[in-house]
Amino acid sequence: MKEVGEKKLPKILLYIFLTISALLSIFPFYWMFVIGSNTTTAVNRFPPAVVPGGNFGANAALVFERIDFFGAILNSIIISTAVTASVLFFCSLAGFAFSKLHFKGRDALFIFLLATMMIPPQLGLIPNFMIISALGWLDDLRAVIVPAMVTAFGVFWMRQYMSTAVPYELIEAARIDGCSNFRTYWNIALPAVRPGLATLGIFTFMGTWNDFLWPLIVLKDRSVHTIQIALRTLNDVYFTDYSMVLAGTFMATIPILIVFLIFNKQFIAGITDGAVKN
Amino acid sequence: MSNVPLSTENSLKNRKKFRRKYSQKASDRKSGYLFISPFFILFGIFGVFPLLFTAYISFHRWNVLGTKEWVGFRNYQLLFTDDPLFWKSIGNTFSIWFLSTIPQLIAALIIAFLLNQAFLKGKALFRLGIFMPNVTSVVAVAIVFSAMFGTQYGLINYVITLFGLEPIHWRGSYFGTHVAISVMVMWRWVGYNAIIYLAGLQSISKDLYEAATIDGANKMQQLFYITIPMLKPIIIFTVLQSTIGGMQIFAEPLLFGVGGNNQGLTVTLYLYEEAFSRFAFGYAAAIAWLLFFIIIIFSLINVLLARKIKSA
Repeated sequence: MKEVGEKKLPKILLYIFLTISALLSIFPFYWMFVIGSNTTTAVNRFPPAVVPGGNFGANAALVFERIDFFGAILNSIIISTAVTASVLFFCSLAGFAFSKLHFKGRDALFIFLLATMMIPPQLGLIPNFMIISALGWLDDLRAVIVPAMVTAFGVFWMRQYMSTAVPYELIEAARIDGCSNFRTYWNIALPAVRPGLATLGIFTFMGTWNDFLWPLIVLKDRSVHTIQIALRTLNDVYFTDYSMVLAGTFMATIPILIVFLIFNKQFIAGITDGAVKN
Repeated sequence: MSNVPLSTENSLKNRKKFRRKYSQKASDRKSGYLFISPFFILFGIFGVFPLLFTAYISFHRWNVLGTKEWVGFRNYQLLFTDDPLFWKSIGNTFSIWFLSTIPQLIAALIIAFLLNQAFLKGKALFRLGIFMPNVTSVVAVAIVFSAMFGTQYGLINYVITLFGLEPIHWRGSYFGTHVAISVMVMWRWVGYNAIIYLAGLQSISKDLYEAATIDGANKMQQLFYITIPMLKPIIIFTVLQSTIGGMQIFAEPLLFGVGGNNQGLTVTLYLYEEAFSRFAFGYAAAIAWLLFFIIIIFSLINVLLARKIKSA
């Protein structure tokens, strides 16, 4: 009881601190819209406009005129979907093998796979560029999709998930019923690790959607730009027209934000799982 | 079937079982290698080969047309002795890394600690808000913060003048550019690290705190003798992650602008420009290997330091 007066102040301070943190986190999204919905002249003055204006439609129309906004969004969707589907399949397949099948050198190969995660992507940038151009894949979506089709992190993730979520008895039972290894994977293991697949899928999709350096190097032509590269072009060429650039940025941010808001529980749970397991 | 002696039937079963087990082993091996092969094939092509080939390229003068000339260690020699810009890029990278990582992790720790208070209401909402920046693309972050850090009409300079201070020329000074880029990095990653710390805090057993309370330890003592030691592995994990990420900062300075003194030029950006603006593949390859060494050395220092703290 004696603590009541003592604790009240810190409690309020705590709420104030967290509210400020949350507002600082959300503010730039709001600010994107404020600038994007005003005219550049309204933004370029002191004091600047601080509430949304009525110019968003006009700015958006300008964006559509200057870059192929929907084409770029479509490219991003194609790339992210293809990469995600392929990562889910190949990583869970390898994860199944690493956790449920016995073969020579399994553990050594897995440790090797873990070690490859330490290599920064910049190291292979130039040879990869040469490979892609030798394949004739410059300005081709395959240049971004194929190298990302199966990742070390994904295999690691699915292996950890398989080892805990799929009991060995289940595998044995399937074998007695005469299932081949692939059928056991497809019919028994895969349904059991659905939550793990969901998390890996969201991670992969968002990571691919936001990827910048590699697409910047291999997707030069406008027709194959992803939304990130298109935004960068917009910012580079028309940086004086802030309102238009930020209207574009806002429109490009909304889809991924919606995806996040729908799946935020899995996403946050995934990050915590990954960190604690590591 | 009834006229088959029981023992024979059993041995038949056993033999079948044995055969199944034996063939199972062989088929396990076959499908095992088959199932993991996609990763190793892809990694061979886009991982191992480039790694080695980057080293090979780095010993050449090599341009985009493929004309090459063996120069031995000259690219490395030039980088070490005759390229102030390279050293500047390393200095910038470390400065930005330091300015973004240290406050970021401290802020994340505080936020996680507060989010972990039992009486807190609206926890999920706070968590969601604080985490949202992390899903934003780095391009979008760089664009909106570039607008906010505008020298003439930027929001941040406006707020600064409200307090009666002089506006800062963010793109014109080392300090300004490094702070602006660090803020972009920080904004995107504080929530992420806070969520990880929160998970760590929640995994600490309540019994420890109860025992400490019974022994008469106050909140401050509990923080320093229970919470922080128990969180150490997770703190090390986040420091390592931010180090690897910090050494690779690229998009933020590219979009914000490196400034007149190249004060925003990071190592990765320098590598990119050497390779894909000037097409000096050999030189860029040498930068790539040095960057890799820096990351390894830095990670090792991290691990050693962590071990030392652990044993202390």
